[in-house]
Amino acid sequence: MPRSAAADTPAVRVTHLRKTYGTTVAVDDVSFDVAHGEIFGILGPNGAGKTTTVECLAGLRTVDGGTVRVLDHDPQDPTDALIVRERLGIQLQESQLPAKLRVHEALALYASFYKDPDDPDRLITLLGLEDRRNTAFEALSGGQKQRMSIALALIGKPKVAILDELTTGLDPHARRETWDLVERVRDDGVTIILVTHFMDEAERLCDRLVVIDQGRVVAQGTPAELTGASGEHRTFRMRLPEPFTDHAPLTALPSVTTVTQVGEEIEVTGTRTVLPDVIIALHALGIVPDEVRTRTRSLEDTFVALVTHEGQEVTS
Amino acid sequence: MTSTVTAPAPARGGMRGLSTLVRSEARLFLRYPGNVFFVVAFPSVLLLGMGFIVPGMREPLTDVPAPWLGLRVIDMFLPIILCVSAATAGLTSLPLILAGYRETGVLRRLSTTPMRPQGVLLAQVVVQLCGVVAGSVIALLAALLAVGTPGPELPLVAVAAFPLSVTAMFSIGLVIGGLAPRASSASGIGMLLYFPMLFFAGLWTPGPLMPGTLQTISSYTPLGAASQAMTAAWFEGSVPWLQLGVMAAWSVVLFGVATKTFRWSR
Repeated sequence: MPRSAAADTPAVRVTHLRKTYGTTVAVDDVSFDVAHGEIFGILGPNGAGKTTTVECLAGLRTVDGGTVRVLDHDPQDPTDALIVRERLGIQLQESQLPAKLRVHEALALYASFYKDPDDPDRLITLLGLEDRRNTAFEALSGGQKQRMSIALALIGKPKVAILDELTTGLDPHARRETWDLVERVRDDGVTIILVTHFMDEAERLCDRLVVIDQGRVVAQGTPAELTGASGEHRTFRMRLPEPFTDHAPLTALPSVTTVTQVGEEIEVTGTRTVLPDVIIALHALGIVPDEVRTRTRSLEDTFVALVTHEGQEVTS
Repeated sequence: MTSTVTAPAPARGGMRGLSTLVRSEARLFLRYPGNVFFVVAFPSVLLLGMGFIVPGMREPLTDVPAPWLGLRVIDMFLPIILCVSAATAGLTSLPLILAGYRETGVLRRLSTTPMRPQGVLLAQVVVQLCGVVAGSVIALLAALLAVGTPGPELPLVAVAAFPLSVTAMFSIGLVIGGLAPRASSASGIGMLLYFPMLFFAGLWTPGPLMPGTLQTISSYTPLGAASQAMTAAWFEGSVPWLQLGVMAAWSVVLFGVATKTFRWSR
């Protein structure tokens, strides 16, 4: 079975995936490609179909329509599934271990299932569990259980690792450490699929992402593309020392699109050079702003805009 | 898979690491004092407790027919106790652990690895079997050496009846463990079956002390058949074909049911 470097095929390809439970449509129509070596995010509100999608990738669920391919293999095919399970690691939400199984025992046990496993001690060190080597699973803290679960996803030296809601329930410090860890794992050459509903996490880690809502892909691209940060559109607000009512000198500038008073502040939108153009124009009028704030649309703003449905109030 | 430098074919599909899994399950079994006590020690404790604490247990019987004459009540308990050992593991320990493994996602996590979740079932059965054998051997030695109970009249029949008893009990355990949504419900269902089973096995009315009609009914229950078969092999010197057949039938049917109904995820 000679394998090419597979540079031409994506690490993971999902095409028109559909999965229903009875009359409930969990995944309606989801397609995306994940390139080798990237951190790919799957975002969406609760119940959007994120977990079902990755469960189909891992062969835990049978698909009702469309195809899934992991490293060019079909996890839905019994023979191919053996190969997929050997090369795909998945960290599942709410999957525990026997209560009295100890950290190093669990890793040694799971290592024994794989043809070419990682060294349990290396992972124990990588995940900062050295002082918990002999601790039973039930005695670990939430964050330690989470790291244990990541270690188990990595023990088979996977080519693709799926991490589902990996920082849920972690304190801010532990989250940052986990993010660093994910980047280290990627640097080892592992392709990572990150399922999350945390925008900051996706913004920080993901090379590319899809936003899924109600079982469909509603947006995809890099975080910058999705937030429009790389686009031409710019917005900033400023506070001026004295009331400024005649906006004409500003609206006359070619780079300015709109000028609006928002409370004490003036909000200006326009093209890429709108900020320096306005500052220079004000300077010519002898006005120096007290404060200038640029406003970048965060991924969270984009997300809220994408997944807010008709008749649904946004509370923020 | 035609080239010569291929990866090993996935022939033993999903059982690499099975011996590690069995060792791991054995370690876990030993970490629960409840398991160790009830599966391994309880049969001997029950036997010795009845033999040495309950009055009259070691008085020879005088008003009973031929094969029982001169035996003591405590002697009649040995074949029953050996079946109790199988029932304890099969009805209380095994379903509790299996349902718990599904409830907490252990089976689901295994499904994502090259190991099949069936492996952990196999490992559990092996470990529980070792527990039953250990518990039975200790009870047997205690009875033969400390109580002075005679050995079986037909040892080969006893050796055939015992594994059948274990198989029948474990198949019930697999059905419960495969269907109960939670460890707690598996434990409840197991207990609900355990005590009537002990009753049919004659734990309160050993050997000839069980009324005739009840004996007939109990010969068609899994543990009643087990106990009657062991008793026949031990004291009556006859081959209990009916009871052996009943146990085999229960085992085949229940294993079939377990295979069809076992739920691997919540």
